[in-house]
This record gives sequence, C-alpha cells and structure tokens, in this order.
Amino acid sequence: MSDPVKTSLLTLDARTKKRNAAETRFRMYGLAAIGAGLAMLVLLLVTIFGNGLGAFQQTFVTLNVPLLESKLDKKGERDLAKIKKVSTFGYAQLLSQAMEDALAENGIDSDLKAKKQAALLSKSAAADLRNFVISNTDKIGETVEFTFLANSRVDGYLKNRVTRESIADDKSINAEQLDLVDELVAAGVIKKRFNISFITGADASDQRPEAAGMGVAMMGSFFMMLVVLALALPIGVAASIYLEEFAPKNWITDIIEVNISNLAAVPSIVFGILGLAVFINYMHLPQSAPLVGGLVLTLMTLPTIIISTRASLKSVPPSIRDAALGVGASKMQSVFHHVLPLAAPGILTGTIIGLAQALGETAPLLLIGMIGFIASNAPDSVASGLLDPNSAMPAQIYEWAKRADPAFYERAWGGIIILLAFLITMNTIAVLLRRRFERRW
Amino acid sequence: MSAFWLTITVLILSAFGAYAGRAQSLRVAGGDARKLHSLPKYYSSFVALGVLIPCLFVLVIWLFAQPKLIERGAEQMLNASSEPSLVMSDVRRVADGLGVAVAQGALSETEAHAPIENLRDVLGGVGVALGNEVTPDVLSAAQGMRAQEQRGNQFRMFAVLGLAALTLVFGLSRITPEFRARNAVERVVLALLITAASLAILTTVGIVLSMIFETRNFFGLHSWKDFFFGVKWAPNFRGDSELSILPLLWGTIYISLIALLVSVPIGLFAAIYLSEYAGPKTRGVAKPLLEILAGIPTIVYGLFALLTIGPLLLNTFGSGGLLGVEWMSGATAVLTAGLVMGIMLIPFVSSLSDDIINAVPQAMRDGSLGLGATKSETIRQVVIPAALPGIVGAILLAASRAIGETMIVVLGAGAIAKFSANPLDAMTTITTRIVSQLTGDGDFASPETLVAFALGLTLFVLTLGLNIIALYIVRKYREQYE
Repeated sequence: MSDPVKTSLLTLDARTKKRNAAETRFRMYGLAAIGAGLAMLVLLLVTIFGNGLGAFQQTFVTLNVPLLESKLDKKGERDLAKIKKVSTFGYAQLLSQAMEDALAENGIDSDLKAKKQAALLSKSAAADLRNFVISNTDKIGETVEFTFLANSRVDGYLKNRVTRESIADDKSINAEQLDLVDELVAAGVIKKRFNISFITGADASDQRPEAAGMGVAMMGSFFMMLVVLALALPIGVAASIYLEEFAPKNWITDIIEVNISNLAAVPSIVFGILGLAVFINYMHLPQSAPLVGGLVLTLMTLPTIIISTRASLKSVPPSIRDAALGVGASKMQSVFHHVLPLAAPGILTGTIIGLAQALGETAPLLLIGMIGFIASNAPDSVASGLLDPNSAMPAQIYEWAKRADPAFYERAWGGIIILLAFLITMNTIAVLLRRRFERRW
Repeated sequence: MSAFWLTITVLILSAFGAYAGRAQSLRVAGGDARKLHSLPKYYSSFVALGVLIPCLFVLVIWLFAQPKLIERGAEQMLNASSEPSLVMSDVRRVADGLGVAVAQGALSETEAHAPIENLRDVLGGVGVALGNEVTPDVLSAAQGMRAQEQRGNQFRMFAVLGLAALTLVFGLSRITPEFRARNAVERVVLALLITAASLAILTTVGIVLSMIFETRNFFGLHSWKDFFFGVKWAPNFRGDSELSILPLLWGTIYISLIALLVSVPIGLFAAIYLSEYAGPKTRGVAKPLLEILAGIPTIVYGLFALLTIGPLLLNTFGSGGLLGVEWMSGATAVLTAGLVMGIMLIPFVSSLSDDIINAVPQAMRDGSLGLGATKSETIRQVVIPAALPGIVGAILLAASRAIGETMIVVLGAGAIAKFSANPLDAMTTITTRIVSQLTGDGDFASPETLVAFALGLTLFVLTLGLNIIALYIVRKYREQYE
C-alpha cells in the first residue's frame, strides 16, 4: 500500500492550480471578446470622425472681382437677355483679372500663367459669378468682393490630403501652384472655414468635389420617411391590433404570424427587387422617386413596427380590458379607448426605431434607381418632393464612395456623420420616450 | 376632373356625410340622443365611412385598370409592328406630350385631335423630346389613346360622384333610432384591421410572384442547367453569356464563413461574459455599447471596408507591404468584406446568445457549482451544452444575415466571379451581382438583366430556409425549459 498523498487546504495542489488557471483564462477570453467588440466600435467611430470632419470645413478664396461693363454689358443697356449671352468664358477672364489684382495687392510675384492661377478656384466659380451678375445687374461696373470655393486640390492641400509628393502625376495642379497657395494663405486671401453648403447644398458633378453637398439628398430622405411614416405606422398598428386583440387562433393567423417574423429577416435587397418589379415595371411609378423608395421602405419597416407594437399591446394587462368590458364598452371601444392609448409610447418607440432603420437602408434604393445622377435642385413642393427624381442620404454616400476622386471620400465620410447624427437623435428620442413613459404594471 | 380633385371632392362629401349623419340621427330621435341605439358620433362615422370606402375603392381600381385597358386597345389598333413594347412607349410619350402641349397652350384641344404636321417641334417646344420621327400610325394611336383617356376620366368622374351621392343618400336613409350604427361601424373597422394584417401576406406573395414570373422568363431565354450547374459567370452583350450561380454562391458562402469566424467567437464569448461574469454595472455599459454596432447602417460598414480595412490589408499583404509578400493585388477582397461583415454581426450573435444563455435554468448552474465545478467548467460542461441548440439557431440567423448582406460586399468584395480558396482574392456574391445586373443599362428583357431575378429568388429561398430552420430550433429549445 502506498502512502496517501499529503494534501493541505492551505496549499493548492497542481490540479487545482490548473483548474483555477483555466478559470482565469476563460474569464479573460470573455473580457477580450468584449474588448475586441468595443475596440471595433472605437476604430469605426475614430475612422468616421477622423475622415469625415474635414468635409465640414472648406477652403475659400476671397477676391475683389471687377465687374467690368466693357465685358459684361458693352452698351450699358442692362438688358438681361444680352447679359445672359455672356458665357462663363467671359466671366473666367474677370476671375483671372481679379486673381492678378489680388497677387499685386499682396505683393506676390508669380511666374505662373493667368490660367494656372485661376485654376486654384473651383470650376464652378465662373458660373457662380455669372449667376450673381444675372440676379444683380445693378452691380455691373462696380468691384465686388466675392468668396469663391477653392479647387478641391487646394482644399486637399490645406487639409493635408494632397501633398507635394502625391501630386507628381496630377495634371490638375503642380508644385508652383502650391507655392502660390502657400503665399496666398499667408496673405489671408485663401482661408479655411466652416462650410454650411455641405449640409444644405446639392450634389455636384464629379469635376467639382468641393461644391458637393448633402442637402438635396436629405430632402429625398425626408420625403421617403414621410411616406414610410404615413403608411407604415397606421397599417402596422392596425395589423398588430387585429393580430393581438381580435384574431381567432387558427391556421390563417398562424400563417400571418410566421410570415411577419420571416419578412423581418428577408434581405433588404429582395425588397428592392420587389419594388423594381411591382412599383416601377408593373405600376409605372416614376423611377428614382422618393415615393417609390418610401413604398419599398414601408414594406421593409412594417414587420419591425408590427413586432414592437404587438409587444407593447401585449404588455397592457388584461385587467384594463376587463374593466372596460365590465362597464359596458364594446371590444372595439376597449381596444381603441383604453388599450391603445396605454400602448402608445411603446408603439411610438418602435416606430422611431423602424424609421431609423429605414433611413440608413441603401440596398433597395440602388435597385429603384436612386443613384447615378446628380440631384441638383431641391424640390419646391410636396408633389415634386415625392415624384421628382432625387437621391437619399445613404444612396448619396454610396454615390460619392464610387467616384474616382479621393476628395469625394471625405464627402462620403462627412455624409456618414450627418446620417449618424440623425440616427443618434432618433434613437435617443426613442430611448427617452421609453424611459419617460414606460410603465410597470 | 383629375384624380386628386376627385379624391378631395369625395373627402368633402364624406365630411358632409359625417355632419349630416349626426344631424339626421338627432332628428329621428327627436333631439334626444338617449333614444338612439348608438351614440350620435357612430351614426356620423357610419355615413362618412359608407361614402369614403366604396368611392376610394372604385377610384383606385379605376386608376389601375383604365391605363391597362386603354393600352391594350391601342396595341390592338397598331397590331402590326415587330416591337410592340417600343412602339407602345412611343405612343405613350406622344400622348403624354400632347397633354402637356395642351396644358401649356401650345396646342388647342381641337388641334390636338387633328393630324399634326410638325409634331416633333411642337412637342419639343413644350419640353417633350421625341426620339425618332412620329409615324401617322403612332400619332393616330396616341390621339385615340388620349381621346379614350379623356372619355374614361369623364366616366370616372360620373361614376365616382354618382356612387358618392348614392351611398350618401343610402347611409342617411338607414338612420333610425333602432339602427345599430356602432355595430356596423365596428364591423367596418374590423374589416380594415384584417386588410392591414393581410398586407404582410400580400407582400410575401408579391415578392414571390414578381420574382417567379421574371425567373420563368429568364429560364425561357437561358438554360436552367447552365444557371444551376454551370461553372462560369461571364455576362456579355453578344448573347452567349454564361450565367451560372455556382461561382457567386461560392463567393457568398466564403465571405459569410469568414464573417461567422469573426463574429461567432467574439459574440459568443462576449455573451458568456456578459451573462455569467459581468456585474449589472458592466453589463449596463457594455451591452448597449456593443449594440451600437448593430444600429450603424450597412453603407457605413461598406465604406469602412472599402476605404479603411481594404487598404489596411493591402498594406499588410500587398506588394511593398509590411510582410513583404505579394498575396493581395487590390483593396477589395473576400477577407476585407468578411472581416467587416463579422464586425457587423458581433452584436447580432452576442445579443441572441445572451438571451439564450439567460434562458438556461439557474438550477442547472447551481447543481454543477454545488458538485465543486469552477464557473468556467460549469459554463463549458453544463450551460453551453444545454444552450447549444439555441446557439446553433442564433448562428444560422447570423448566417442568413451574412448571405443577404449587400452594401458591404458591393463596396468591399470586388466584382470577379471565380472559384478560389485564397481569401485575399477579390470575389463576388449573389447580392453584388443582383445590384450590378439591375443597375446597368441593359435591356430589361435580356437574360443578363433577368438573371438578377433568378438570383434574387435563390437568395430569398436560401435565407428563408435558414430562417425557418433557425426559428424552429430556437422555439423548440425555448419550449424545453419553459
């Protein structure tokens, strides 16, 4: 018989140590997993804000432009039709002149040709100037101070996106021009400041990243959300009331229930195919219209709203219904007068969350054509807001991400910040509503 | 009268009905509401709904049916040409253009019905551009269409307004003190609720039907054998495209697999930690933070893949990168999309698993701990095996999400369809191809476009199957412990 192994409660044996080590390791795995998840979140947010905040700043060039009568209105008649005949070429000369004046004024010497100097301005500068003159013909002959957008390369140079190394093969800007930019920055002619037109403005062609803005796409999203709200909320609530309060337990309601939970998991792109086939090809609704986008998103959001509405109807205790029925209300009255008002905060919360989901959805919008064009004009009425081609915030971001010029990437990240700001606001409202009105029975 | 004004008129009539119904009910009761069966407001809503619902129903049906009928008539009138759809779109355009011209005063109503010489210029002048010269056939068909439309609109107005008047009079005549208005109104409301509930079914039917029809068209143009069993995806415009789903399916599954390899361990361990170890405070902070990841739109993840993770991987594995290897040639790759999709799925897996682990009865844990097992041994040998079916269900749900995900792969995965085992290669997926086939300029009746519907149907069936299995497993599992 061998000696019994001497053990002590105070010293751990090897096996216990091993087991305890395994315990600690396991715990660490868990912590590491959470750490990894949170690290991803931080990485994502840092990337978004690091890349996107720049879009809210833009470089501007301030010039005194002489609106020469000899160029714009030779006879001095101030005849709008004749003034309109002067094309942007004519204005480009004025811009070169203004640029030269600015250089002379600040005592900057530059061997660059006038054309190269004017290339520091955005390609839309001449058109902007022309629009100003057409709407203010009385200013012709005066010298007017103007703030133009700088070319996106200049903007990128001030934001450190464009460097002297990176422009080696770039045809649209060269090192001498950057020297000139440095001097103009020192002279205060070129300045970087907050750019409101990124938030309010329209998309621009792929030659002018500096002029592109989110505003019109925001209107598109707004009208889509209007459609979703007007359709998904009443239909979703009505469907939930029926299923939760009135439906008899039989195979038909079973099918509807299974159907709704499965619809919630159908890939969003499938709803896009449905929208294309039914709304556009069959019903001939206009392509790219927020109305169609709204209809598609309504179908997508319905299951979310139905599921959350049913949950909040279910949380109203039966005693409320019984009390209403007991004092002589009909079933319908007990639901509409008592249950529904008590469930309203929950329904509202679910609706806002559903809307937030719909706001960020992109894939179905690609299929119904809300990309690939430049939505340049803000809609001027509700009908045109619903029926005229427009983009939506996520579709606009996708559009920018697909363009070749890296200057658009900054816009795309900036667009994401705007989109996230909306989503965070909506979700915060939903959470606050829940906190404020949540009732435990 | 346009449909808009017709709707407004119907609304006004129904509002009048509401007012008249109330007045009538009080009149028949001799001013004493207690003599009525229902409250006066029910009589009022009875009349209002009685006007509103049938009129709007007729109006909507008319709006859909009339263009279809007229177009069919015009098609028969033309009936000769080889490309009916093209000619019909011309006819529709000319007819619409004539309407615009009359509205802007470029043509008078009588001129619009007579033969017009310089039609293109006239319509061009009001902003309707016509492609080719308009043949007399097309013009007369368009004019016929317009005449019919005008006649139809007149009929519509008479029909709807007549119906409104009829229902208004009928509704008012029904009102007596004994009439059970509340019951009638509640029956109507119930019918509306049922209609709303069946819309979910209608959506599903719409999805399935729209895809089945176009898929049938596709299989009429392209052999189904090539679609399901071919090995190459090579659409072109010469008409001998090879459109096989297998390479796309491979890309889809590969990317989903990588996404699951990222999200399942992280999500599962996070769920275990949150439900078994973490105190209420940690849980209250970490869980909502993780769930932010689920609320971020997929376009953001797509951009993150394209502009951040892709270049990061390229700098590591590409030529001149950190490792000094040349395994990767572009930023878009299976790994790029897979990693980012994995990040997206972490909260999905973790919150589903969290629910499931929490559903394991405490008694099982207590039993194991009481026998001397450590906490991790309890989790590994008791809790996880008990929760396994539910966790499998959660993973299947995550897989169905991954398969149907679009924006991440559109931006991050590339566009080359091929069978390759290298995760640093660009590959393409079913959803990517759906987007590119349907957003291109292709003719809508060509197999290259229609294939998108076959792909969509496959995707729908695939995700639906996964979901049904997953939901079944999860439900079965829940029942076990309830």
